[in-house]
Amino acid sequence: MTEEPNVPPETPEEAALTGTLAASIALKQRAGGLIVPVLTALIAFLLGGLVVLATGHNPLLAYRDIFNGAGLNWVFHPTTNVADTAAYNLSQTLLQTTTLILCGLAVAFAFRCGMFNIGGQGQYFVGLYVANWVGVDFSGMSPLPHILLAVGAATLAGGLWAGIAGFLKATVGAHEVISTIMLNWIAIWVGEWLFGDGGPLQNSANKTVPISSDIAESAKLPVFWGEKELQGLHVGFFVAIAALVVFWAILNRTTLGYEVRAVGFNPEAAAYGGINVRKNLVRAMAISGAFAGLAGALDMTGYLYHFGQSDIPANSVGFIGIAVALLGRNTAVGTGLGALLFGALLFGTTHGLSSNVIQPELAGNLTYIIEGLVVLFVGADVLILYLWNTRRRLRPRGPKAAEAAA
Amino acid sequence: MSEWTQRLENPVSARLRDPGVTGYTGLVLGVLAAFLAIPPIEARTTTWPIVVGIVAVALGIWTTTRGRRRLGIGAIVSGLLGIGLGILATRSGTGNLEAVFNASLVAQTFAFATPLVFGAIAGMFSERSGVVNIGLEGMMLMGAFWGVFGADKGGTWVVGILVGGATGGVLALVYAYFAIHLRADQIVGGTAVNFLALGITGYFFFQIYHGEYVPAGVSQIPDVNIPGLKDVGFLGPAIGHLNLMIWVGFLVVIASYFVVFKTPIGLRIRACGEHPRAADTVGINVYAVRYGCVVLSGVLAAIGGVYLSDGFGGGTFNDNMTAGRGFIALAAMIFGNWRPAGAFGAAVLFGLSSAVALRLQVYSASASTLFNVLPYVLTLIAVAGVIGRTVPPAADGKPYSKQ
Repeated sequence: MTEEPNVPPETPEEAALTGTLAASIALKQRAGGLIVPVLTALIAFLLGGLVVLATGHNPLLAYRDIFNGAGLNWVFHPTTNVADTAAYNLSQTLLQTTTLILCGLAVAFAFRCGMFNIGGQGQYFVGLYVANWVGVDFSGMSPLPHILLAVGAATLAGGLWAGIAGFLKATVGAHEVISTIMLNWIAIWVGEWLFGDGGPLQNSANKTVPISSDIAESAKLPVFWGEKELQGLHVGFFVAIAALVVFWAILNRTTLGYEVRAVGFNPEAAAYGGINVRKNLVRAMAISGAFAGLAGALDMTGYLYHFGQSDIPANSVGFIGIAVALLGRNTAVGTGLGALLFGALLFGTTHGLSSNVIQPELAGNLTYIIEGLVVLFVGADVLILYLWNTRRRLRPRGPKAAEAAA
Repeated sequence: MSEWTQRLENPVSARLRDPGVTGYTGLVLGVLAAFLAIPPIEARTTTWPIVVGIVAVALGIWTTTRGRRRLGIGAIVSGLLGIGLGILATRSGTGNLEAVFNASLVAQTFAFATPLVFGAIAGMFSERSGVVNIGLEGMMLMGAFWGVFGADKGGTWVVGILVGGATGGVLALVYAYFAIHLRADQIVGGTAVNFLALGITGYFFFQIYHGEYVPAGVSQIPDVNIPGLKDVGFLGPAIGHLNLMIWVGFLVVIASYFVVFKTPIGLRIRACGEHPRAADTVGINVYAVRYGCVVLSGVLAAIGGVYLSDGFGGGTFNDNMTAGRGFIALAAMIFGNWRPAGAFGAAVLFGLSSAVALRLQVYSASASTLFNVLPYVLTLIAVAGVIGRTVPPAADGKPYSKQ
């Protein structure tokens, strides 16, 4: 495309010398490295542990139980037999990880375009509803087209839902945080209506129960680890892994990704460089929403199969996606690892805890506390830069330090 | 962050945003609301007149807060009359809707609106000083749990309000430190506050009350029985015995108007929100003002939460009790254009839609849901700027670094 400037982008270190906004974002991205996310997570677990300790429970035992409950002890004796508790637990953790990877990417992609997509939850729900609708109402199709139709329609719906926020930002400058919050709650209430009494997606068998029908067999994703009836791990896991690769490839290997990142670094400079900023805002938001919609679609076709009114407030994967993306510094690898961490927390705290150590109800809320602490500390750029500077002071002869000093 | 996009003007939407256009549209919709229920169109339910009427009132609030006061008030009155006439017209046909629309609807509207009023005023203080507060929901939730805890352990609702308000203030202080001193992204920080509050309240609710309900007989925030009004036809059930916190909420709105717009302190707060560098130059301690406002915001939001659990909720708590009310409060503040009166008007309007939603449940679940969506849809339309322009404080959300 002719819009691209001829000069290749500077490296963050070069740019840091010129003191642009882009440089500071890039610096923070690199400065974090692996140290800061790991440190953040450790601080969060430490403070969470203090709460556990203060309320008369043993935090070490609690964390051990959560670790085992999440099936992470599987690495000590790996097996593919899901009759083994650790293997089964791990498959359930990976099921959560699948969802969280995609919800994390939904936040991360918008972030790279300089927008905060707080509406992952709503986009996820919209995907879920559409997948349920296609899965139930289009019965009689053969499996592959049915699955593709359900997943495709849901992904598209998620993209459109987020696209509203992108469109409003691009055309009238409405702040995406406010509009995505509103879209979240609209999606939540629409769900209450869809599955509620007399709602269009309520099951036809029992009109007193506000739950949808099960999707048709032909719309269910194949399960490759465990049994379908026992909520085994479905092939959507590989779709999520592939999404990580696609996310990386779009951002780093395509013109679209280049433009998105340019707008994220500095919209005015991007506009000056001939990039259509408005188009990119809408596009980035829609792609973000598509990731979340895909998450909803895979959950519906992969293991939920139906959804009800009472499931709506209990579900917060879209919000957890914010913590996942932030902890993963909005990169593909980071998001994958963050999703694994929070997936393990999600499943490990609901399950297999001995009540004399910590009750599942407490552990579940501990997850929220840890999420909150992670997000709180990750958000503190100054703290991160301070740590970065400390590291640089500790290693004055490092190659990067020499470059920065030059 | 979005400053540059705000400058992109679109001539068509700019004309639609003109207060004159919104005001007259409101007037017309108000009339339409009344006509929806009578013969030519004759909607069989009151749903449509009310929806259209509420949109008219919303447009009126919008117009009032953006300069065309008289026209705006006209649209509000037109919308209210439209609702009233629409109801009258349908009520003659369907008698049982009388149970939905009566004097106690007024009382219930205020009951639903009060947490939103506290939350919206709380958000206004924070944002007027230049700190975006997405964490209202969390601060409100803290107040809801620790307020009822305080009332339970302290033996009186006064302790409940003090404890609840204090915990909201402490959480706000933590947020303020990250947002002001560490210059963390305020949206990220607010999201963290919401997670933290959800975890902390849920954790201690289970730890202290073992997942059971808070024991019955907790000292509740009392109702105010106005002696003379008891037997007055409409006013008696409408405002004769409202909860104490509803009246306090009215006072908070009036007081905050005077503080923000009529006192030197208010001028300083607004200066920090509009142009912190200039405020700093004339000797205002920007950090101190922002800390003060954010903590006040936390306390107010939490008191709204205490009312939710210990007044409105009758001395009970349940997990995630606020259920999005903090976000509706945020919406009310935006809708009211960061002004106390506007925020109050929007909060009452959203309270009305909640109250009607609750009453409609008996007749039609889907109509009930329609009313619950209304605040969010209206706010989405509002921030879209299609019917007017929201003008946040210029430095809202931007961390300030002293030089």
